Amino acid sequence: MRNAVGRELPELIDGYQVKPYRGAYEGQPAPSPVHTMRRAGKSTSDTEKLVCSLEEAIRRVGLTDGMTISFHHSFREGDKVIGQVLAAIRGLGIKHLKFAPSAVVNIRNPSVADFVRDGTIERIEASGIRGELGDAVLEGLMRHPVILRPHGSRPRAIEAGELNIDVAFIGASASDEYGNATGQIGPNACGSLGYSFIDERSADKVVVITDHLVDFPCVPASISQQYVDVVVKVDEIGDPEKIGKGAARMTKNPRDLMIARRAADVMAASRRFRDGFSFQTGAGAISIACTNYLAQHMQERGITASFALGGMTASIVEMFQKKLVRVLECSQSFDSVAARAMADNPNIVEIDNAVYSNAFTKGALLDKLNFGVLAALEVDTDFNVNILTGSSGEMMGGLGGGPDVAAGADISIVCLPVLRGRTPSITRRVFTCCTPGETVAAVVTEAGIALNPRHAHYEELKEDLEKTNLKLVSIEYLQQLAESLTGVPAPIETTDRVVCIVEYRDGTVIDVIRQIKR
Amino acid sequence: MAEREIHLKRTGLYASGCSPVNMIQAVFYNEDMLVYDLEDSVPASEKDAARILVYQMMKHHRPRDKYVAIRVNGLYSEYFEEDIQVAVRANPDALRIPKVEYAREVQEISRRVAEIEEKIGLEAGKIELICNIESYMGVLNAREIASADPRVTALTVSAEDLTASMKAQRTKKGLEVFYARNAVLLACRAAGVDALDVVFSDINDEEGLREDTALAKNLGFDGKSVIHPRQIDVVNGFFTPSQKEINYALRVLDAVEKGRKAGKGAVTLDGSMIDKPIELRARTTLAQARAAGIKLDGMVTIK
Repeated sequence: MRNAVGRELPELIDGYQVKPYRGAYEGQPAPSPVHTMRRAGKSTSDTEKLVCSLEEAIRRVGLTDGMTISFHHSFREGDKVIGQVLAAIRGLGIKHLKFAPSAVVNIRNPSVADFVRDGTIERIEASGIRGELGDAVLEGLMRHPVILRPHGSRPRAIEAGELNIDVAFIGASASDEYGNATGQIGPNACGSLGYSFIDERSADKVVVITDHLVDFPCVPASISQQYVDVVVKVDEIGDPEKIGKGAARMTKNPRDLMIARRAADVMAASRRFRDGFSFQTGAGAISIACTNYLAQHMQERGITASFALGGMTASIVEMFQKKLVRVLECSQSFDSVAARAMADNPNIVEIDNAVYSNAFTKGALLDKLNFGVLAALEVDTDFNVNILTGSSGEMMGGLGGGPDVAAGADISIVCLPVLRGRTPSITRRVFTCCTPGETVAAVVTEAGIALNPRHAHYEELKEDLEKTNLKLVSIEYLQQLAESLTGVPAPIETTDRVVCIVEYRDGTVIDVIRQIKR
Repeated sequence: MAEREIHLKRTGLYASGCSPVNMIQAVFYNEDMLVYDLEDSVPASEKDAARILVYQMMKHHRPRDKYVAIRVNGLYSEYFEEDIQVAVRANPDALRIPKVEYAREVQEISRRVAEIEEKIGLEAGKIELICNIESYMGVLNAREIASADPRVTALTVSAEDLTASMKAQRTKKGLEVFYARNAVLLACRAAGVDALDVVFSDINDEEGLREDTALAKNLGFDGKSVIHPRQIDVVNGFFTPSQKEINYALRVLDAVEKGRKAGKGAVTLDGSMIDKPIELRARTTLAQARAAGIKLDGMVTIK
């Protein structure tokens, strides 16, 4: 069958019943109304939660073959929790688990791929799988297809009963012995633990893992003792250098700076750029530069924002400190400045990922977002966006919140160069469709800005930008320009076997990735 | 000889002829003049490949909205003959000639260009010459060089080689090249050609770049070479006319137009006579404004 973005999909994939994507705003959360219920427990004044080894914690929560385990990705590539927990599970001989973190970061020594190869992990569901594991998945490592969901879809899937977490392992940079835990203090502070809130509430069992035990009660506490079964103290939960050293730096790449400036110019030219506006710019090289250019526009025009949303960087914290933004709604902290800023500022708020991005609640913060700036690997002439697979069929990124932000923001701006090296980034058809074109308002490149005639705010944005000297071009022009410089790359060859199912935020399937032929 | 058009040269960016990535990327920045380089940025082993790449780039991907030059190796270099054969056939707006010291060198190069133009059927005299002044002798002879040949439309100063030839120390403030900058500028003014200023070498010092560009603008330069794409927007900003300058230019051209319609020989504005240089400066001001994306529509219609 064919879905609404024209992708050919099987009806059934390894027991997975495919619901084809029908449109960005068509989906329903679940066949019946969702009721969330927290797990009841029984504790008394002499309840002891603190254990001295991961093995003991795993035994206490009763992990057995075939269960589902979860983690957050807030330690990024400095994560030492996932490797230690998986090694302990392997040591106990537990097999065939479903590994369902909020995202799979590229951890090494050990690599997650090793745990797939030895049978500890049998299935994976996440928002993205970077690094060695991602490439191995595309080459057919897993027996069962990986399910990739954007950030907003994960809490939806959990509440709809599509993803049932048996044990949530939550790394925390500080915790007390009763399970009140945070990412804001301690030697390995990672900032917001917003991705773990749904796990904390929904998992059958919750294990907090820390290397920094503090006196009871731990304040601030993002994770509450009422949900926590076991606390484990380990030597080290992360590598602070890789979690996010200092402030994420502004790029010096002149091409990226040019794209960033244009994206900020697009926002500043919009009629929605007025006092009290809101934005999400993200954490990539172009995003941080764009944030800085946006701040310049705001200062020049004397405009302040009501809130900034999503992953925070030092650049956004600096805007907050200059009173350019009133509130930072922080689902993730991308550098150590952002990670530690929350503890000192009540207006820098740690938010639940569901409040941030889940389309199927009574109100997501994304619904109030004026501008969203997004990165992409490829965009096609239908404005569909690929944020997963690279030009040679390698796994290059994750869905993150990209599809959510595009659908939620009034004006969604995708930033990318027209070519990378010898490969065009603006194509006739993206290899993997992750974000549907109908939700993309503008594509900003070094060669011009293409507005999407199918976007709900096209006429408004066109009228606003035509008053400026910004270079407006068609997406077809960009595609032809890119191909005229690089030629048309040979298509990536695949087998018929589906190795990844790419879900949209409503749980429908927007695309699948088939096994790459090497 | 071809009629010269006004070409903005607020910024000139080099793209090495041996770097396809740089050549492609340079098309997208905001520099007025893009210089494909066959000289210093191309190692000896890559000279032939660079000629082919630059030629192909010019044939298939020449940017439509930029002034495009090719910097060839110097007249006395072993690469000059092959460079000029390829460069003229690529039909750029200009050749950028390094290390010019004497007017006779310019005349010799112009003659060689003319021969190739005639041989391949290009419009005679259309390819312009931009002479890089890179030595004390070039500075001393700048006046003759600037007026050596009708093809010469601009002179530039290259401070690194110049200071070496002067036995001077290169400093960020640039006092050691202050005289040379002025000498070349005055030579350009005397010959009626564009004067392009030295590069500011520290790409991480934006404040220093601003100071240096402000000085260049105040001295009278028409533009400045840049060493990195990040410098382009800053330099363009300084060489973009202010609203006051635009308004004056519009009034000048309006007065000229009214005088022409009335069949007047001499035209005045605010009690002063508008002569040809003032009219030319007004046209240049508006061309600079348009190139900077300033929309002049609705002010006064200017052809």
